[in-house]
Amino acid sequence: MKHYGDPVIGQQVVSEAQDRAVPGAPSSPGRRQFVLSSAIASGGLALGWHVPSHAQGAGVAPEVNAWVVIKPDDTVVIRIARSEMGQGTLTGLAQLVAEELECAWSRVTTEYPTPGQNLARKRIWGNFSTGGSRGIRESQDYVRKGGAAARMMLVQAAANQWSVPVAQCVAADSVITHTPSGRRLTYGQVASAAAAIAVPENPPLKDPKTWKIAGKPLPRLDTADKVNGRQIYGADLKLPGMLNAAIKDCPVFGGKVASFDAAKVQGMAGVRKVVQVGSSAVAVVADTWWQAKSALDALPITWDHGPNAKVSSEAIAQTLRAGLDAAEAFVGNQSGDAPAAIRGAARQIEAVYGYPYQNHACMEPMNATARWTPERCEVWTPTQNGEASLAATAAASGLPIAQCEVYKIHLGGGFGRRGFQDWIPQVVAIAKTMPGTPVKLLWSREEDMLHGRFHPVTQARMRAGLDAQGNVVGLHMRLSGQSILASVAPQNLRNGADMVAFQGLTPSGDGAIGYGIDHLLVDHAMRNPHVPPGFWRGVNHNQNAIYLECFLDELAHAAGVDPLEYRRRLMAKHPKHLAVLEAAAARAGWGKPAAPGVFRGLAQHMGFGSYTAAVAEVSVSKDGKLKVHRIVAATDPGHAVNPQQIQAQVEGSFAYGLSAALFGECSVKDGQIEQENFNTYEVVRMADMPRVETIVMPSGGFWGGVGEPTIAVAAPAVLNAVFAATGKRVRQLPLAKTDLRRA
Amino acid sequence: MPTININGRAVQVDADPATPLLWVIREHVGLTGTKYGCGIAQCGSCTVHLDGQAIRSCVIPLSAVQPNQKITTIEGLSSDSSHPVQKAWLALDVPQCGYCQSGMIMAAAALLKDKPKPTDADIDEAMTNICRCGTYNRVRAAIHVAAGNPQAKQG
Repeated sequence: MKHYGDPVIGQQVVSEAQDRAVPGAPSSPGRRQFVLSSAIASGGLALGWHVPSHAQGAGVAPEVNAWVVIKPDDTVVIRIARSEMGQGTLTGLAQLVAEELECAWSRVTTEYPTPGQNLARKRIWGNFSTGGSRGIRESQDYVRKGGAAARMMLVQAAANQWSVPVAQCVAADSVITHTPSGRRLTYGQVASAAAAIAVPENPPLKDPKTWKIAGKPLPRLDTADKVNGRQIYGADLKLPGMLNAAIKDCPVFGGKVASFDAAKVQGMAGVRKVVQVGSSAVAVVADTWWQAKSALDALPITWDHGPNAKVSSEAIAQTLRAGLDAAEAFVGNQSGDAPAAIRGAARQIEAVYGYPYQNHACMEPMNATARWTPERCEVWTPTQNGEASLAATAAASGLPIAQCEVYKIHLGGGFGRRGFQDWIPQVVAIAKTMPGTPVKLLWSREEDMLHGRFHPVTQARMRAGLDAQGNVVGLHMRLSGQSILASVAPQNLRNGADMVAFQGLTPSGDGAIGYGIDHLLVDHAMRNPHVPPGFWRGVNHNQNAIYLECFLDELAHAAGVDPLEYRRRLMAKHPKHLAVLEAAAARAGWGKPAAPGVFRGLAQHMGFGSYTAAVAEVSVSKDGKLKVHRIVAATDPGHAVNPQQIQAQVEGSFAYGLSAALFGECSVKDGQIEQENFNTYEVVRMADMPRVETIVMPSGGFWGGVGEPTIAVAAPAVLNAVFAATGKRVRQLPLAKTDLRRA
Repeated sequence: MPTININGRAVQVDADPATPLLWVIREHVGLTGTKYGCGIAQCGSCTVHLDGQAIRSCVIPLSAVQPNQKITTIEGLSSDSSHPVQKAWLALDVPQCGYCQSGMIMAAAALLKDKPKPTDADIDEAMTNICRCGTYNRVRAAIHVAAGNPQAKQG
């Protein structure tokens, strides 16, 4: 049996490595076989150990069902289809399975099934795509059923062994007890027998009120290897005989390689090959990555910058400004007649806002390792969508998809960037030039910054009509700017409209607007510059929340009404939106004096099925320096699977959201992005980070996401506080472009 | 062939003297706990100790490291995650994606060696590493825990 190394999900000791099957070995695994795995085996490969393969041999634990493997020593292996990128979904999903399984949490481990196995087994693990804060909210039902079904099978197996009615048996902590006699069997003792029992179709699920594992602030399952350097990321992968590649794609989007002079670098130390990749990129393959990068930097490349060589940020902004006044626009939310109501109102208020391109800037640059032979192509990569990675591998390899495989590796950050697959065709193209040799492609930071899938650029013209008392009688929100869907999934446009552009502003759904305004119009003039857009943690909620929440603050100020009270008047029919806002305001002490020199702002928003709100406390020094002291954030995700990880995601959302609001901008000059590294693309660091107090207030009855929703309120809460502190409205982001010095 | 002293071992490395220490550690010594993030000493993912001081190894050429200088990487901080900083990190479940955390931990360990009872201002000044997941508040709290500071309760 061949060894196909796999990604190292968590490097383990040799004995454990040897206990695992080597993934990829059997070409079409039987349902009952334990064949997958994590990669722990490759922990061995990575270190050059020989790992025996015994996927079909004795001692291999059978799976009870697709989600659960139980070993004779009672170790529980829970299969996780979604990708772990820091958001904690691995632990949360395992908690949900373990809860229904009634297993001992201390014995739980996890592994990724591979995309190829999912395909071969008719997508038994469902969707692998990990984005849109979907991990838990969209798979909770079937993973819980997976755990429940496995428990029923284990209990049935024990009952069969004792020849007693199953109703006399109970399961808890990985032990089945026959209540009348007190006999006990562990899960490990009956797992093989359980595996032969038919999987129950629709097992009943527990009432979340009775949860003992889910809903608890348990430590993450993946922390241990992240404090000692043992966690292997894609950038760290080592395979026997592996070479390393560095790449440069034409810095201007839409450009091409005109020529390059490989002879100039072919004699450099370690260099094996100079390869053109597609029409627009050149890669150097060398023994080490540093050698590859050094040679690439020395390689003379002439680019044909193509049709976008003259595009600048200013030209893009002009295009978007024209969209603000365009007659034609897609409607995302409409009630009454907003333009007429505004025209007829006692007062009209108008403001224009803008939000620039952002880079995801994952700490781990894009990378993948590929090995291609005429018979098989394998890719090891950190990906948010293993199935899309597999499809991209097959397409690039020229092989049938059944002869391809992808091994997922924990991500060093994702944030939406790794839902794209643009590095996969590159690495496969390079590997195809060296059949049988594994090649690891790692982007430099500069490559990563220049070739992002950028948070789209947008502007908004906000227009409102107020009555004599300052109440809103009409609101028109005209968005102008880039559509992500038009670029990445045009088949999902609806009659040309990108409904994702209206996130957080729709009448209903998982990002419903929280205000009742009789005459409301939200429309979108789609304007698509050449810079490739992408889903960026929080996506269109980020700017939509800024536009709406900051403008409402403007209206409250114009009406002379407290911003919280002003919102309350519009939120009578939106109790869940209001509840998180009230909770954050109460905890923050809204309405009571803040510390001297400290000013408050607030915001609320619904996104990805969850309700969020924040109050920010800031001060601005005389010389214009902003300090964000404290954030109080409230979130209602319906069900809270791991409250301490929700807290971590809420805190992280402020780091990410404020990085963009305070500092982040990818500007365009001569068709290319100007910011190439963290010296010009500044982000929040320790000294910028506010204290964050998180209120997790699950109200039950629905499942909302957690990784993204809070980002939407981070910026507007702070910007509204900046207004309170300075009287200055920051409408063009990032804030760093606004002079906050007192006049 | 140049020799470096890394995690208490003298190791001969067959690398060009201009190679940054980061890549010597990762590709020649084979220790991958130290990460590449930016290559220009901005993000701190590559932080290691050189004679006890936190340095950004991505901008230190091999030629600038003397054979008698002691390099410590995350793998050498302890053999069993028992360093007080690692213990605090585990207790507070600090990492998210984890990619920057080796550098964070090495920077924190160097800070505590220098200032066993750091203030928040000390932490702001010393901990300039970038974390895109946004673990900063837990990093701060964990440093206070590792230091045995009373602020540790605040979390």
